Amino acid sequence: MAGSNPNAKPMNLTLKVWRQKNRTTQGQIVDYQVKDISPEMSFLEMLDVLNEDLLRRGDEPVAFDHDCREGICGSCNLFINGRAHGPEAGTTTCQLHMRKFSDGDTITIEPWRASAFPVNKDLSVDRSAFDRIIQAGGYVSVNTGGVPDGNEIPVPKDIADRAFEAATCIGCGACVAACKNASAMLFVSAKVSQLALLPQGKVERKTRVENMVAQMDKEGFGACSNIGSCAAECPVGISLENIAILNREFLSAKATSNNLA
Amino acid sequence: MSWISKTFSSSIGRKIIMSITGLFLCSFLVVHLIGNLQLFKDDGGQAFNVYSHFMGTNPIIRTVEWVLVLGFGFHIYESFVLTRRNKTARGNGYVTDHAEQNSPWQSRNMGLLGTIILIFLLVHLYNFFYRARFGELDPDINNNDDLYTLVATSFKQLWYVILYVAAQVALGYHLVHGFRSAFQTLGLNHRKYTPAIKFVGYAFSVLVAAGFASMPLYFYFFK
Repeated sequence: MAGSNPNAKPMNLTLKVWRQKNRTTQGQIVDYQVKDISPEMSFLEMLDVLNEDLLRRGDEPVAFDHDCREGICGSCNLFINGRAHGPEAGTTTCQLHMRKFSDGDTITIEPWRASAFPVNKDLSVDRSAFDRIIQAGGYVSVNTGGVPDGNEIPVPKDIADRAFEAATCIGCGACVAACKNASAMLFVSAKVSQLALLPQGKVERKTRVENMVAQMDKEGFGACSNIGSCAAECPVGISLENIAILNREFLSAKATSNNLA
Repeated sequence: MSWISKTFSSSIGRKIIMSITGLFLCSFLVVHLIGNLQLFKDDGGQAFNVYSHFMGTNPIIRTVEWVLVLGFGFHIYESFVLTRRNKTARGNGYVTDHAEQNSPWQSRNMGLLGTIILIFLLVHLYNFFYRARFGELDPDINNNDDLYTLVATSFKQLWYVILYVAAQVALGYHLVHGFRSAFQTLGLNHRKYTPAIKFVGYAFSVLVAAGFASMPLYFYFFK
């Protein structure tokens, strides 16, 4: 089942896959062989082949998270050969292609590891902690009433660009997965700085950072120690500068907000 | 809990304490290194003993000494709290982890490097500080306590020189990460200044580590 490229030689691979029945059971690595994998397949398509094999044999397929398979949604989340989203920089798991591997390779596939991201089953983890952080403050209030003019609030181009860079965060959790401390600060900082940079985000500026950091701590994420693994593994290249912005926002909010609690 | 204690017990608050105490300890290293350069003066240790007598008796220095103790205390305490929290946050580790492909070794091993420095610090304090302050040292020709002779004889022992040099290597790596990391934690990351901070951090780490390591090596090989 080689792809459209006649020169693409199919590969045989050994997969070491984390299998875990549910949240409460202990998981373990299980070895599988997959055959005739086209180099043009995506990593997830390769797992689809594995799952079809497993289904044919009457075994339970491997659970893994995926949705758009276009690198936009942030659903896919595999720790491949000791790297978040695999060895290629700036790439989600779904955009990783099998041509990055060679015939005969052994590939280890694990779920994100963080206390705040409990494993649901096999490779699928519960990332609702991120949702709760967003609910704590990752929004802007929009007033009802007449539609304002599109250019009523001027935003300088370079500020808009920086806010957009931060906004490209897809919330996949690779930063948490790669961080030695399982810290969510790159994620939180992307959301905080995106909104802090824009005039629309000024209304909740102080309460936002206070509440989001409080929720982040409550969820049990670690504290950043400026290692930089997160930014190196981030599929969309969110930079560490955002964490500095988060720290600034947090410190100035704590020093000047009206919140005494 | 008041807003102040809440701020400094949050993850970012604890990092801020780490960074401020870290930078303060960096300033201590500068003073300590410059003062100790008098060990190289070829006067049988007279200048160094005058200096150590001043450092041990001046009321301002003795007061700042307690600030230094607090600086070390908070830096070490927060590192324990943060390390425990961070280990809990990871939970079950990875079967295969290639973190060496995405980050420098020293950045991931600040706790290990800090522990080496702490062990060194305890030995160092016992051998020099404790004996100078609470022990009986013979007077030199100016009737100052002769700390210089204690330094000179200590650094004639090979194991002692090895411990000191190894600890300075650990200190150097600790500073390579710690210096620039402190600025980042305080939010001082700017495309205009961060490259300079990084360069100064490297230069500072190398100079401090090499400066301190040169002292035991000088006494062992040239005295």
